[in-house]
Amino acid sequence: MKIMTCPLNGPRNISEFHCAGEAVLQPDPRDLSDADWADHLFLANNSLGVVREWWCHTPSSYWFIAERHTGSDEILKTYPANEFFRERVDFDAREEGA
Amino acid sequence: MTLRRLFASIAVFRLLSRKTISAVMVFALLKYGLKGRYRPRPDFRHAADLKPSYDVVIIGAGGHGLATAYYLSNYHGIRSVCVIDKGYLAGGNTARNTAVIRSNYITPESVRFYKESVELYRDLSDELDYNMLFTQRGQLTLAHSDATVRTFRMRAEVGKHCGTNIELVDRKQIREIVPQLHMPEEHRSPVLAGLWHPDGATGRHDAVAWGYAARAMDKGVEVHQRTEAQCIVKEGDRAVAVETNCGTVHAGNIVQAVAGYSSVLAKMAGFRLPIRSYPLQAMVTQPLKPFLDPLVSSAGLHAYVSQTSRGELVIGGGSDPYELYSTRSTLDLKESLIGHTVELFPFLARVRLLRQWAGITDMTPDYSPIMGESPVRNYWLDAGWGTWGFKATPVSGKRMAECVANEKMPAILEPFRLARFKTFDLVNEMGATAASH
Ligand SMILES: Cc1cc2nc3c(=O)[nH]c(=O)nc-3n(C[C@H](O)[C@H](O)[C@H](O)COP(=O)(O)OP(=O)(O)OC[C@H]3O[C@@H](n4cnc5c(N)ncnc54)[C@H](O)[C@@H]3O)c2cc1C
Repeated sequence: MKIMTCPLNGPRNISEFHCAGEAVLQPDPRDLSDADWADHLFLANNSLGVVREWWCHTPSSYWFIAERHTGSDEILKTYPANEFFRERVDFDAREEGA
Repeated sequence: MTLRRLFASIAVFRLLSRKTISAVMVFALLKYGLKGRYRPRPDFRHAADLKPSYDVVIIGAGGHGLATAYYLSNYHGIRSVCVIDKGYLAGGNTARNTAVIRSNYITPESVRFYKESVELYRDLSDELDYNMLFTQRGQLTLAHSDATVRTFRMRAEVGKHCGTNIELVDRKQIREIVPQLHMPEEHRSPVLAGLWHPDGATGRHDAVAWGYAARAMDKGVEVHQRTEAQCIVKEGDRAVAVETNCGTVHAGNIVQAVAGYSSVLAKMAGFRLPIRSYPLQAMVTQPLKPFLDPLVSSAGLHAYVSQTSRGELVIGGGSDPYELYSTRSTLDLKESLIGHTVELFPFLARVRLLRQWAGITDMTPDYSPIMGESPVRNYWLDAGWGTWGFKATPVSGKRMAECVANEKMPAILEPFRLARFKTFDLVNEMGATAASH
């Protein structure tokens, strides 16, 4: 059994978690060309090395960040998301062509 | 010459006593051993050191890289070709897959492409003079929900339109095709219908790589094992050389065919791909008396089973839950695969497993490959083969060779170009791929 340490629930079986991919900052869609938006949607670093990822403890629905080596599968660190996303991002809802 | 004479004399001495024969054998062996030059094994010719340059350098000696080398050297007269691999010939996914060969996809672009591959496979043993153990036993996929039945109907219609053998079958027909299948009616998700694809086939996957390698080497292609691409050298927007642990090699054209490592190579060449690498696991049981002719898979259970010509049952299913560049296997996957297989064939519950393994698969968002042009000139992609690329080995090799030889994308590859992700022209084959690769 592989163990992941949830910042909220402590060490649990990794089958209780869901990985949502690399944690990247979302660009502001209003400043992007269609091509850049397509890049953001589809392209991936897919790095071989230590990556910072979104994980969720499914039974408690708690989202956090984990640092994991994608070659050895070693989980180096887990911490609450606000340690990575320090600032609140506000996209003002601008009406288009109303 | 002398060797041939020696063998002839062995034949003569066969009529004499055993003692004499072994004396002759020892003599022949000694002579052979003391000779400065050895007769190369016909299947594999060890190349000397890397030359400073080749017309084409192919990175990755899996089925795809080797098939490309074969078609370049045998059909386009390009013999200055070198295939490098960081490990050994066919040590990647080529000899790790479950050897499902089929063309029952959902988009006409894919059906046409994979159909060409199945047709090439049919004649491949003759083409390469190498036994692929190719057998067209048909593939049966089971639907456990109305939504799946609807997509099966669509796949059957598209398949017929494109000239493949495919039809929707009901429970009675399924029983006739695979009498051993357990299909209770009282079930949370009973089998509702099936997609029967008589063209479905299987073959010997390592023979595919070795056959292509042998016939490419006959024409002068070099295969360098334990030669790892570490850097792609560029001049302006053009790739000109590959740096390896065995020296730098210049190339007119470079092809990357490295499956799970596609993103790692692309990064060396200076761009990103819409690819994520996940392990895919499979396993095989002890040999049993032959009972299962067709390949059987279930769209609802995410498991598929086939019986090899040796009698073992090959069992495969879905990918691992998160990205990883490692070929370790897990208990979780073993448990779920066994659970689902036993639902299909309960009498297998007491059968022993022999092996479990994994390969690193290069998954794309639309479950279709990425072939042809890359953002770097003279640098070509054969990537994004995920869990479905074994069946495409012949057609990919043939069409990638055509692409590189003419430095132009063949029409049949157009739908699979990298640029489709910029124009949102995805070729969605997720439903037709996830259940059986
Ligand atoms: C368990 C499993 C089951 C599968 N089942 C099926 C199936 O039933 N049907 C189907 O059609 N497909 C299936 N697939 C997918 C199929 O196996 C692959 O898509 C296909 O074999 C890819 O072939 P390839 O030649 O591109 O890659 P590979 O055979 O993986 O070859 C790539 C080679 O590149 C080399 N390489 C990597 N990095 C470097 C570098 N830096 N320098 C030099 N060399 C490098 C590797 O060592 C490797 O030998 C399955 C895959 C797996 C793992």
